Amino acid sequence: MSERTLVSAEDMQRALVRVAHEIVERNKGARDLILVGMQTRGVPIAKRLAATIQSLENISVPVGSLDISLYRDDLSSLSLKPAVHRTDIPVDVTDKQIVLVDDVFYTGRSIRAAMDALIDLGRPQSIQLAVLVDRGHRELPIRADYVGKNIPTAKNEEIKVEIKEVDGEDKVVIVTPDKGVSNEND
Amino acid sequence: MKTIETSAGTATPDTLPLASTAVWQHNHVLDLDDFTREEIELVLETADAMAEVLTREVKKVPTLRGKTVVTLFYEPSTRTRASFELAAKNLSADTVSIDASKSSVVKGESLTDSLRTIQALGADIIVMRHSQSGAPYLAVKEVNSSIINAGDGWHAHPSQALLDIYTIRSHLGKLENLKIAIIGDIMHSRVARSNMWGMTKMGAKLALCGPTTLLPRGLDAFIECCQLPNIIVENRIETALENADVVMLLRLQLERQQSGLLPSLREYIEQYQLTAERLSLAKAHALVMHPGPINEGIEVSPDIAHGAQSVIEEQVANGVAIRMALLYLIAGGKNK
Repeated sequence: MSERTLVSAEDMQRALVRVAHEIVERNKGARDLILVGMQTRGVPIAKRLAATIQSLENISVPVGSLDISLYRDDLSSLSLKPAVHRTDIPVDVTDKQIVLVDDVFYTGRSIRAAMDALIDLGRPQSIQLAVLVDRGHRELPIRADYVGKNIPTAKNEEIKVEIKEVDGEDKVVIVTPDKGVSNEND
Repeated sequence: MKTIETSAGTATPDTLPLASTAVWQHNHVLDLDDFTREEIELVLETADAMAEVLTREVKKVPTLRGKTVVTLFYEPSTRTRASFELAAKNLSADTVSIDASKSSVVKGESLTDSLRTIQALGADIIVMRHSQSGAPYLAVKEVNSSIINAGDGWHAHPSQALLDIYTIRSHLGKLENLKIAIIGDIMHSRVARSNMWGMTKMGAKLALCGPTTLLPRGLDAFIECCQLPNIIVENRIETALENADVVMLLRLQLERQQSGLLPSLREYIEQYQLTAERLSLAKAHALVMHPGPINEGIEVSPDIAHGAQSVIEEQVANGVAIRMALLYLIAGGKNK
């Protein structure tokens, strides 16, 4: 197994600043905006985006956290139940522009679950998706509105995103299995 | 079926930073004696997330779609049964409730036969209450469905103990080193027995208090052989209340008087009723709890039962979140 760092802390910071600009541009400001981070690493990323937007627009954008465990499509096939974290969205989502924030965009299944979870909370005006890394291999017809880094991968490779608030360091690492060794979990 | 990617992009389930990342080992919930502290904490943390669902306008998540939960009750119940059924419905499970007094049991069907029938109908989880201690342990041997004990005889009532622990934790932050006085008919109380396990595992100190005739025989020996040094037994309510952080009252089953265990109701009220005066012996903001149903004016005076320190109604509300957590944790999976 070999590990390679693909995104450094500085690169990550630049990508997130750009994404924050794009969010503001697309929404013509930051009014009616809510950033919703997906547990676990989506939450600190959402907070950083909110801080950048605050410095650009001088508006404090509410940041929420969303746990999708109760909406997963694979619960009955998992032997170990995922730990359910609390969903905490500080304001009513109805008629708001929601930007879902996640670290890695892969099959799209967790985004599907997140949209179901959000819609159970109210009727947002729109739901947009911001991701730090898009690694491809979609299994559902879902795309991201804002992408920090596009990183084409093979399915047997693993993308590890580390975020300072959770892991003590900012970086994106690709883990490639040695030839002939399968790392497929599903 | 494909699994959802986690943040790491792999197919392993998310086991990230809850304080307790305990591996959940239970297919059944029979009592808390075989729970670790970490498992209890996992239930409490899962209940925190469920409590958020209960604050929503639409209190429903799709988690247990396609699962069937059957409640099988051989004893009357309001809150436990309603609470399990609401919990199951909030998680989108299908529910069937069987009231033994109106079922084939009156035609002589045995517990085993009833359980097998319910299994054959496709029950994933059977929530059962029975007047015989140990009945759910028999059920586990007879059927493959998961069993949740909703009260068996005098023995255990684990979901009640968990909601008691949850209620205390939500007010006082933790149970570590708290003094909890449990007062009343300890002998016949499955709530007290499950709490003896659960609360001491969470680090609390228990004072069990009641008239000698309502304390189980051999209690001291039990405490010694099970190594539960944090439990003391006390006859005087005043001593039990001293410095208590929590006062939990138990229902006095009025039929006990006929069986000669109580000289008179009046004497019990005089010696053991929680009154404002007695409550003042406990800590200033001590919580007053009761598993219900309450005999107002017997084990507790009405002003205290409905007073500022009472969290009795909160216990009922928390019961739904705790039971959602239990259903979530034991439902489905291939860990059979």
